[in-house]
Amino acid sequence: MLKKAGFFLAALALFCVGSGVGASERLGINGSTTVLPVAQKLAEAYMKMRPDVTVSLAGGGSGNGIKAIIDGTTDIGNSSRFIKDSEVKLAVEKGTYPVPFRIALDCIVPVVNPSNPVQDLSIEQIRDMYTGKIRNWKEVGGPDLRVIVISRDSSSGTFESWGELVMNKERVVPSALTVPSNGGLVQAISTTPGAIGYIALGYVNKDVKIVSVGGVMGSEENTLNGRYPISRPLFMFTRGWPTGVTLDFINFAFSKKGQALVKEAGSIPVY
Amino acid sequence: MAVSRNQAEKLIRLLFLGIAMVSIGILGLIMFFLFQEGLPIFKTVSVQDFVLGKYWYPTDDPADFGILPLIVASLYVTLFSAMISIPLGVMTAIYLSEIASRRVAEVVKPIVELLAALPSVVIGFFGMVLVGPFLQKVFGIPIGLNLFNAGLMLAFMSIPTICSIAEDALYSVPTSLREASLALGATELETIMKVVVPAGISGISTAIILGMSRAIGETMVVLMVAGGAAMLPESVFDPVRPMPASIAAEMAEAPFRGEHYHALFAIGITLFLFTLVFNLVADYISNRYQQKGEASL
Amino acid sequence: MNGSSSSASGKTALQTGESPGLFAEGAGLTGRRRVQTLWFGFFRLAALINGLALCTILYFMLSRGWRAITWDFLTLPPREAMTAGGIFPCIIGTLGLALGSLLVALPIGVASAIYLNEYASSGRVMRVIRLGISNLAGVPSVVFGLFGLAFFCILLGMGVSLAAGALTLGVMTLPVIIGATEEALKAVPNTYREASLGLGATQWQTIWRVVLPSALPGILTGAILGLSRAAGETAPIMFTAAVFFTPKIPASIMDEVMALPYHIYVLATAGTNIEQTRPLQYGTALVLIALVLGMNLVAIIYRSRLRRRMR
Repeated sequence: MLKKAGFFLAALALFCVGSGVGASERLGINGSTTVLPVAQKLAEAYMKMRPDVTVSLAGGGSGNGIKAIIDGTTDIGNSSRFIKDSEVKLAVEKGTYPVPFRIALDCIVPVVNPSNPVQDLSIEQIRDMYTGKIRNWKEVGGPDLRVIVISRDSSSGTFESWGELVMNKERVVPSALTVPSNGGLVQAISTTPGAIGYIALGYVNKDVKIVSVGGVMGSEENTLNGRYPISRPLFMFTRGWPTGVTLDFINFAFSKKGQALVKEAGSIPVY
Repeated sequence: MAVSRNQAEKLIRLLFLGIAMVSIGILGLIMFFLFQEGLPIFKTVSVQDFVLGKYWYPTDDPADFGILPLIVASLYVTLFSAMISIPLGVMTAIYLSEIASRRVAEVVKPIVELLAALPSVVIGFFGMVLVGPFLQKVFGIPIGLNLFNAGLMLAFMSIPTICSIAEDALYSVPTSLREASLALGATELETIMKVVVPAGISGISTAIILGMSRAIGETMVVLMVAGGAAMLPESVFDPVRPMPASIAAEMAEAPFRGEHYHALFAIGITLFLFTLVFNLVADYISNRYQQKGEASL
Repeated sequence: MNGSSSSASGKTALQTGESPGLFAEGAGLTGRRRVQTLWFGFFRLAALINGLALCTILYFMLSRGWRAITWDFLTLPPREAMTAGGIFPCIIGTLGLALGSLLVALPIGVASAIYLNEYASSGRVMRVIRLGISNLAGVPSVVFGLFGLAFFCILLGMGVSLAAGALTLGVMTLPVIIGATEEALKAVPNTYREASLGLGATQWQTIWRVVLPSALPGILTGAILGLSRAAGETAPIMFTAAVFFTPKIPASIMDEVMALPYHIYVLATAGTNIEQTRPLQYGTALVLIALVLGMNLVAIIYRSRLRRRMR
């Protein structure tokens, strides 16, 4: 019986090694969940174009991506926010020079449950909800329902951008639920009638309802013409000026085909 | 010939001793690394502020590293799960050891073991997609990911631990004690409650403590189900953020050896200390209060 | 049988006054028997609840996940942002991690158990080692993840890799292997050992040629249990081995892998299309459950057969 087990193990091992033979190049991408749909589409298309390259993708938030660049554990770090000063300092200390590439644009839209009749909120109202000052939807013309604030984990670039553009650096109330991704936020909103949250434009679907901000609805048009107040660029950071496969991938992201994929993923192409 | 055989034997024995020490070695390494990577945070924040501080905003500028809400969340969730798992676990153990027939026990015991074998992520997933919405509907609460849900799911993870250790304890109570009690006219129930259980109390306490230790350390369930709000809970339906959930959620983004990184390792130290204390207490109780033979009851 | 005849046998502490007053005639044997039936009912209920819990979870996973299980699902990598395709890389990753962890835990675990059971004299050293093992068993899985990150990934420079994950999981399953091996060794009758020593064998020869072969089935059981534990864990591999998406099979043990438990977690919380991939999440969960419970069932059945044989 042991012999059979040993034989099976050996065969498995051989199979595992054999299927990977013809050592392929590896490209590691890590970071923002906002950029994730874009990165995934790009990765799949790229691997079709270049079967000798294996792309491995990790999510978890812009903070993850930038940290991975700083620590040198990945080739491309996705981020939905620009790198912080403290991070630049840390990177330089470690001998890495992060290079940003703005591969797409995006806007963050506040969303509520589809059953919520509220259509529009001002930035101040949104901020007050997130700091805990406004606690009931009836204070903003909605139903008599407690406001359930949903936010993102600290690793999120969307969270950071939200903090800058909406919160004016004020703190989100501690009782806010935290979810680890844009996708998780969509899920939470769709199942909670009194909830308010914020997601990247690319994640909007029929499970959530967009609320316009000060009369302006978040959309590609309003982002490009600058009317929408909560928009930001999406970045891919590399370690130093990219070379080899990394450069090829970044070029692909900027190509017509790549930008078409950006649009497919729901974000806003740069041209 | 005999001399070199003896020498070889001694060497082999030493070798095995060395390998057996690996477990302690690893434990020591874990402690070493936790402390090495976690202590630097106390240059920035005092121990008191860390443990008792009420605000956890690790990425703000300036950051706040107070883990009181995290500790309290862990304690509440464990307590809540204990309220469910202790009665259920001990009663199941009593059932398996004293009441069920051999055949029935042979079916029920594997069921409990299979419950223990369920991966924690599956239980977390179940709690998130099925129990959460269910709680929302039944209790009319705004969100189903909260203390209650987490405690409930954790209870079902600790029950098998409590049950199997308690059952072993009850099983090892000498039959003569039971027979003596029955001979004096007690019913089986009275025998169980007044003779067997007290005799096995050290094992049962160990079981309970180890079950709770498992609950406080469980990660995936609380990550997916507890809600993630770093606040001091006011009701059992409030979302919370126990310690393991914070570590798992934030580790990937904390730059290597940055402040946040050290803070997360420091939470790891706290968590480790909790489980260490639990385990040492369980060990102490099981050794001190062991029922040895029939005479000392 | 009524109350008065039992009082004739002499009242002991067990009889006087303790029967809970659920029934007015509670002091009698009949009353006490009724209370007993009630409580026994509670105990049965408790055991039943466990069974119910297991069945509920299995039912939901099965009913919502079976549709996703197709041959393609099991043999293809994921496509289209995980909304289509399969989970093949996850299965391979999980198997690789589990087997790798066994490669680490089995030798060390069996050797430790041999020392504890065959060589050690009770006393300080053994007590300390046992304490170490039981504490290791109690360490939270996320702390193992932190340890794995700090030690294997960073200090030993393995980065996020199959090797680091397997080592971390191996350290975690060590207590399981040790426990099961000790149980197996204890079950070997002492007469075997005595006979062997009586024939002039050394202790090591006895262990190697007599005790171990007899204990092998029990050790195997432990190995299977360890495998299933390693396959189901998420937190230790979150920082040390697993990534969201790497569709090709790892070419070396230094590569990152996908893994079933991690896949469920990311699809359910961090994926790009959580609602759409829901059936796949159930499917992946089902595959993982089948794998883990299957291994456990095999181990349990095998072990009960062994026990019967030993009697």
